Amino acid sequence: MLIVKNLSKIYEGGVQALYDVSFEVPKGQFLAVIGLSGSGKSTLLRCINRLIEPTAGKIIWDGVDITAATQDEMRYIRRKIGMVFQHFNLVLRSKVITNVLAGRLGYVNPAWSLINRFSKEDIQMAMKQLERVGIADKANHRADELSGGQQQRVGIARAMMQQPEMILADEPVASLDPVLAHSIMQYLENINKEDGVTVLCSLHFLDLVHRYADRVIALNEGRLVFDGLPEEINDQKFKEIYGKDAERVG
Amino acid sequence: MFTNKKYRAILRSIGVGLAVLFALVVYAYGFQVTKVNLEETRSPRRQEQLVRILRALARPDIFTYDKIEVRVEQPIMVPCPAEGFVPPSVDPDEPYLVVEPSCAAPGETVTISGFNFEPNTRGPIAFIPPSEVTLQLGTMEVDANGQFRVEVKLPKRSEEVVQYIRATTRENVGPPKLTKTALDTWEKIVETIFLALLATTIGTILGVPLSFFAAKNIMRDVKSPLISIALNILSIPVAILIGINITKVINDLTTRFVFSGWGELVGFILGPLLFVLVFRWAVPAVEDQSPTLGLRVARVASLLLSSTLLVTSLKFLSNLTIRAGDFLMPRLGGWSFIGKFVRDLGDILGMLLVVLVAAAIAGIFSNIADRIGKKIAYKLPVIPAKVITMVITTTAFASLLILIMAGINWFYQLNNPVVLYWYPGGIGALLGLATSIKLAPKDDLPVGIVIYYVSRTIWNGLRSIEALVWVIVFVVWVGIGPFAGVLALSLHTIAALTKLYSEQVESIMPGPLEAITATGANRLQTIVYAVIPQIIPPYISFTMYRWDINVRMSTIIGFAGGGGIGFLLYQNINLLNYRAASAQMLAIAIVVAAMDYLSSKMREKFV
Ligand SMILES: Nc1ncnc2c1ncn2[C@@H]1O[C@H](COP(=O)(O)OP(=O)(O)O)[C@@H](O)[C@H]1O
Ligand SMILES: [Mg+2]
Repeated sequence: MLIVKNLSKIYEGGVQALYDVSFEVPKGQFLAVIGLSGSGKSTLLRCINRLIEPTAGKIIWDGVDITAATQDEMRYIRRKIGMVFQHFNLVLRSKVITNVLAGRLGYVNPAWSLINRFSKEDIQMAMKQLERVGIADKANHRADELSGGQQQRVGIARAMMQQPEMILADEPVASLDPVLAHSIMQYLENINKEDGVTVLCSLHFLDLVHRYADRVIALNEGRLVFDGLPEEINDQKFKEIYGKDAERVG
Repeated sequence: MFTNKKYRAILRSIGVGLAVLFALVVYAYGFQVTKVNLEETRSPRRQEQLVRILRALARPDIFTYDKIEVRVEQPIMVPCPAEGFVPPSVDPDEPYLVVEPSCAAPGETVTISGFNFEPNTRGPIAFIPPSEVTLQLGTMEVDANGQFRVEVKLPKRSEEVVQYIRATTRENVGPPKLTKTALDTWEKIVETIFLALLATTIGTILGVPLSFFAAKNIMRDVKSPLISIALNILSIPVAILIGINITKVINDLTTRFVFSGWGELVGFILGPLLFVLVFRWAVPAVEDQSPTLGLRVARVASLLLSSTLLVTSLKFLSNLTIRAGDFLMPRLGGWSFIGKFVRDLGDILGMLLVVLVAAAIAGIFSNIADRIGKKIAYKLPVIPAKVITMVITTTAFASLLILIMAGINWFYQLNNPVVLYWYPGGIGALLGLATSIKLAPKDDLPVGIVIYYVSRTIWNGLRSIEALVWVIVFVVWVGIGPFAGVLALSLHTIAALTKLYSEQVESIMPGPLEAITATGANRLQTIVYAVIPQIIPPYISFTMYRWDINVRMSTIIGFAGGGGIGFLLYQNINLLNYRAASAQMLAIAIVVAAMDYLSSKMREKFV
């Protein structure tokens, strides 16, 4: 169970990206986060694993106060939270397998990983994750030789190496061909349904929300403006979320 | 309206006029201070000199030939005998002389023509009496066709027998050979290239780690509470002291107890083995949760013990290498410099050991201090945390200022206990107390940014002083020669590369950094997995670029006593030996151009 309580974030320049956001996510839920760009979706997701320091509010996950954890403790918290990014964020000059193994860094001893040594089990596990997303044959290619869709699958495999209990996906399909979007979303769905991993996924297209999410929250200029089921988003709610000029297409 | 326009036009004209006048004054003053002297450039004496130098420069002193003397003789009778004198016939394919007339009275003038001589040579014309005491009559200059014609006056002595006219020239024989200057230039240019190589290597080895401290995006997030900083201030000097002493003890023990190379060999092999065994236990590959305190202490203790063993075996390695070098040196003959290099490597390892040990212990202490500090700041209730912070910060700041004062005292020899201890101690304590009262124990201070600015300032300062100036400093320390040049260039290279490298670190893609951090990796892991792969190509390219620059710099570093080809060039210019200087300038041009080409080719490959 993830509890976000009165979360606010003011950036150094004075931009307030989140205003007093509160919501809860039960274990195993697929939660979609929607909103226009600039509404604070990325900020919200990054506050949860403290890639961004929240200005105020609390985040409690399975009883542990993430906002109160020291940097050392964050290592143990973060390794249970996988993250998938809009721009994949692979280390392009490294091999695919190295990118996937990087997901284990929170577990292996720093002294060993510094000389690029991973255990046999970790390497086997990495190969298994690559098989699961269907690109085991690319393991020894450099990451920049892969297409966008393939890179995102490596990103998912890397997140899965953490054996996560929660995955934060920040617009995972926004920079992909719409045709590829479903295949990536299906991997996330699969991870959510089969492994029981909680997924928080920010999305642009409402059709994807309807197809994959158990529940939706919506942000508008940093404020939580909707919290409910995907089918509850009617035309009026839609205008509240996306502004009155928005046209519903999906 | 119209007048207004006109008025403005006039104003503009005045403005332009003033600007021109100002420029005139500026350039006039420039001519004055740089002592522009056109008279001098036109003076015939200077021009003659210039021509001479330019001609000398155009003929670099590189090749020479073996020479032989070619003597060509023709008989002559002085005075003419009654029956007249017919000279013997000559071989028209060989060099030969024609004397007209073929006999003459003493003191008369005869014309001597030469044929088939080596073109464009010169040499003496001599008269050979029967006593074989040669008398020089004049000199000849052979034209491009191998001929010459001179008029000489015969000596005033008569003989009954045939005497001879001899023309001597020197001819080149065999293939061209390198001159002494060329050989010296070659030796020095090799020295120059290696000087640049060493400086670049040292600069790179030190510049790579230092560049991370000068990169804002890495240092920005390094924050610590006040107490961690204070504990660091207290523990790092202690750690360095301990490191120095441990090395000293190890040095003493190894020199006292192990005499034979075999004993050292055994020690050198056993040390790392034990270390690896202990390391495997103390640093497990996977850690599921934070270890307990007891386990941690046991691990740290055993690591310390085995590290001591490791250091000892490194010392053995250093001794062994020196031994090996000593063994090789007399046996390698012309290659004995390799033995010397091995010996020097051992020596360097021995010298570095103390630095390594001190740095390692300082690192460990700093890490522990940081953890303890954070525990106190974040986990203790506010009141005890505050009290402990106050006490430790006060002590730390006082000690820090006393230490700094000791450094100042070393330069100025004040030696006054009040100034040395009480002032800095008191001021430091007050500063520490004030800071710790003002800040809450949990406040995170931006240590990283402070380190970032301090290192930026240091490197910018060092970089702004040219290597040529540093040479002068190092010549005082290690004497004139290439070693001073290596040190000076290294220092400048470290400063320059640290800046170039750190800019590369700052411009990496932040995405992978964020992704690796999100997996729970610590800072060092993040650097190894997200930063280093991204910076390898620019680092290689900048290192090449720097080597290129260092080759250029090392060609002139000899002007200030730093070794390399500059030294020869400087000497030859001062000795007015322009043909030799020309050879050296040619060598510099070739090497610099070659490096330029090579480095741009290599950089193309890596970027
Ligand atoms: N590092 C930052 N510094 C300052 N402002 C930022 C920063 N990152 C995002 N913002 C601002 O915060 C707001 C929310 O941004 P973001 O969380 O990226 O929204 P979304 O992901 O929904 O597009 C925007 O107005 C954006 O300009
Ligand atoms: Mg975003």
